[in-house]
Amino acid sequence: MSQLIGVPRETAAGEKRVATVPEVVEKLTKLGFRVAVQSGAGEAANFSDDAYRAAGAEIVSRVWDQADIVFKVRAPTLEEVALMHEGQTLVSFLWPAQNPDLLQALAAKKTTVLAMDSVPRISRAQKLDALSSMANIAGYRAVIEAAHAFGRFFTGQITAAGKVPPAKVFVIGAGVAGLAAIGAASGLGAIVRANDTRPEVADQVKSMGAEFVGVDYQEEGAGVGGYARVMSEGFQKAQREVFAKQAKDADIIITTALIPGKPAPKLITADMVKSMKPGSVIVDLAAEQGGNCELTEPGQLVVKHGVTIIGYTDLPSRLARQSSTLYATNLLRLTEELCKTKDGQILVDMDDEVIRGTTVVKDGTITWPPPPPKLSAAPPKPAAKPTALPTKGHGEPKAPASARATTIVFLAGAILFWFIGAYAPAAFLAHFTVFVLACFVGYMVIWNVTPALHTPLMSVTNAISSIIAVGALVQVAPFEPLTAGVQRPTAWIIGLAVASIALVGINMFGGFAVTQRMLQMFRK
Amino acid sequence: MSATLLTVSYLAAAILFILSLGGLSSPESSRRGNFMGMAGMVLAVLATVAGPHVSPAAYPWIVGALAVGAAIGLYAARVVKMTQMPELVALMHSLVGLAAVLIGYANYIDPAATAHFEGAERTIHELEIYVGVLIGAVTFSGSLIAFGKLSAKITGRPVLIPGRHWINLAGLLVVIWFGGGFVHADSIPAGMTPLFVMTAIALAFGVHMVMAIGGADMPVVISMLNSYSGWAAAATGFMLSNDLLIVTGALVGSSGAILSYIMCRAMNRNFISVIAGGFGTGGASPAASGTAAPAGEVHAISATETAELLRNAQNVVMVPGYGMAVAQAQHAVYEITRLLRDRGVNVRFAIHPVAGRMPGHMNVLLAEAKVPYDIVLEMDEINADFPDTDVAMVIGANDIVNPAAQEDPSSPIAGMPVLEVWKAKTSIVMKRSMASGYAGVDNPLFYKDNNRMLFGDAKKMLDEVLAALKA
Repeated sequence: MSQLIGVPRETAAGEKRVATVPEVVEKLTKLGFRVAVQSGAGEAANFSDDAYRAAGAEIVSRVWDQADIVFKVRAPTLEEVALMHEGQTLVSFLWPAQNPDLLQALAAKKTTVLAMDSVPRISRAQKLDALSSMANIAGYRAVIEAAHAFGRFFTGQITAAGKVPPAKVFVIGAGVAGLAAIGAASGLGAIVRANDTRPEVADQVKSMGAEFVGVDYQEEGAGVGGYARVMSEGFQKAQREVFAKQAKDADIIITTALIPGKPAPKLITADMVKSMKPGSVIVDLAAEQGGNCELTEPGQLVVKHGVTIIGYTDLPSRLARQSSTLYATNLLRLTEELCKTKDGQILVDMDDEVIRGTTVVKDGTITWPPPPPKLSAAPPKPAAKPTALPTKGHGEPKAPASARATTIVFLAGAILFWFIGAYAPAAFLAHFTVFVLACFVGYMVIWNVTPALHTPLMSVTNAISSIIAVGALVQVAPFEPLTAGVQRPTAWIIGLAVASIALVGINMFGGFAVTQRMLQMFRK
Repeated sequence: MSATLLTVSYLAAAILFILSLGGLSSPESSRRGNFMGMAGMVLAVLATVAGPHVSPAAYPWIVGALAVGAAIGLYAARVVKMTQMPELVALMHSLVGLAAVLIGYANYIDPAATAHFEGAERTIHELEIYVGVLIGAVTFSGSLIAFGKLSAKITGRPVLIPGRHWINLAGLLVVIWFGGGFVHADSIPAGMTPLFVMTAIALAFGVHMVMAIGGADMPVVISMLNSYSGWAAAATGFMLSNDLLIVTGALVGSSGAILSYIMCRAMNRNFISVIAGGFGTGGASPAASGTAAPAGEVHAISATETAELLRNAQNVVMVPGYGMAVAQAQHAVYEITRLLRDRGVNVRFAIHPVAGRMPGHMNVLLAEAKVPYDIVLEMDEINADFPDTDVAMVIGANDIVNPAAQEDPSSPIAGMPVLEVWKAKTSIVMKRSMASGYAGVDNPLFYKDNNRMLFGDAKKMLDEVLAALKA
């Protein structure tokens, strides 16, 4: 019997999103699941019951009792948890760090819970990263809200009725939401500047068409999983100075600074708000976690000191159709991970790094927080990367030769040299000296060759190895007087030597010619 | 020409060879480097022929043999396709190896060459012959097998005989034992038997050694055989007491060895384990190799859509692989590159150190297609730029863009540095089918959400993309 996925209507006030959309229902059905959608669940996001029905979903009035798996957007209320039964699986946003009571209640019900906000930040899990999907929408919507509240054009224009200066937008925090905001704002024609504590995102900021405003203070701001972390006091002071300067200049400030599991840092002080031009707008995307601006009122639009401060916490919901579609697709990807056999049965495999990280309650046991991710999505520094890579089998990176190994090599070398020195005749030693020195010359000459020239180099060394022809040349008909009584098998020797010369000749001429052909192609 | 003059000529030739190798280390000086090599060779040959060791009676023979060799060599160099370069180089190595064997034999049966050696000197001289023939024979047969593997006349998979290390060890012991017999032989005919036996074993060893190495490691093998042909020349130099041969042989030998080492390092592979062979044994059953066996659907894309993506991109990185070489698609790639660059798109090339079947293989092909070398970048130079790249086009490459090397510790290629194309906004993989690469490992890249597959022959598809771009 295939399992039933239930999608209830969101109960939170003002929540317009829905956890699945008709398009995704079809794909879930293909994975073998049955889908039941609560009547009117998609209404606010412009998905009618008929559309769900056409896609193969059942429309029901009660979802919680029959569903094996429940897909939700917002974390369930305690009333909703009361409706759950043992063995049921819930997939939704949960914020386990902020909602320990909820976690306990879910565990007491012996359910399994996958929190979409706990998806580990590794490359493989990107397709189910609902936070990024939502942040992207929030960033875009933040600009739209700002434009709505802002009394001027974004783009600079020179019209018959006068010159319009372009709006200046300052974005704090260049995560997914910040970058989306930068993109949307510069798309509308504003001058965009952005700041982030992680210097490595400077290039990303530039790539979105904004100017990166750095804080001139040496400190590394990337934490585990590519998120930001709390900065030192000295840094914060320097940062406030930068922000104060930007606040005087900017028309619109969009703040997106969040640190996982911590209240949002207060970056925009009341004084900075006062210093802004009347009619300016602040959009605080961190409002839900307390806000980046001191004057933010979560969920509200307020006007203080002539500055509109938007603290909406439902920005993704304001683009309900778009965010529902993206969220539903993230859930679909998660379902694919959970159901690799495509037989309509999910398997919560705790050995799978992605599933392990996402699962916060497993059969009534709280499994949050998960062990730290093995591989950072954005390594803090390139140099730190090799250590983050698990190494096994063939590719063990070589540690620099240990002192002991070096000693052994030198000892072996010394013994070998002593042996040769003691027994080898003088004539041999002369050649040996030349040989060893030539080896080192070869080593020194080759070491810095650019990889692009490896093939020509190999080809030319191959051609040079034709020098062996000299060995054959001297054999054909030497001048050396024969020792009396010794017969020289001249025919054989000439045969062998001439054959060698011909063979090497191919290599000699062919090798140089082919190298020349290759090199002629290299051009600037 | 007197003996001292000959020595000076040899010294000059040796210097020219060193300058030649040095010149080859940067594109600007590379052509001059090649000319230096030629000059050194001409000087060495002329000085030898005019020197005190060659009587005029030998001139017709030498001129005849060189003319034959030159004709064949120049012809081969002219007709070879750039994509067949690795095979040609491998085949030429084998000639040097064979020549070393023949010279060794000729020297042994020549009583005039050994007459003036006594005692320890004689023993050393005979050992030199023995070692020279040994290295020559291994180079010869090994290069022939490498040639066969590269030209797909022999299977690219490693052929592993059970207990192969023991067989090799036994062979080595037999060679040493016969070496004792060879040195103590009373007469030349008595010494021939050990010499023949050893040659046979050495030939078998060369075959066995290269057969056991998988196709993915062929670049290292070629470079290693290149090194061997140098050592063979050096051994011949010892045999004939010829310093020029020793110097040049040692140069070629050590440079080849270093080059193999550099390549192994680029692949994050242990040099010894490459030589011992057997890479890809785990990868022969890819399904069993990964705990995180890639699953999901691949997104196919058409040539027109590809052109659309490219047209809208700011930054494009091309990642060529062996597939481009096979399909001879480098010119189409360049046409697309030129078109995009004319439109202001920043197109660059990312070359993995072991892309293709030979180090620098891709660079040579791109150079042939006249791609300027300053937009052709190495892996380390460009890897950090992928997140800012709009489209990364993978043209017939597989293992070098396999994220499993970083993400799946149980993968046979785990830890190998790879080009991180999956970090680009969109990656497009051009491939004939879903078959795995030379290492025989499945590629999770194909299943990534931002990846698109453009199935078909690289040349044909690129031509279509080009047509769509021009439209």
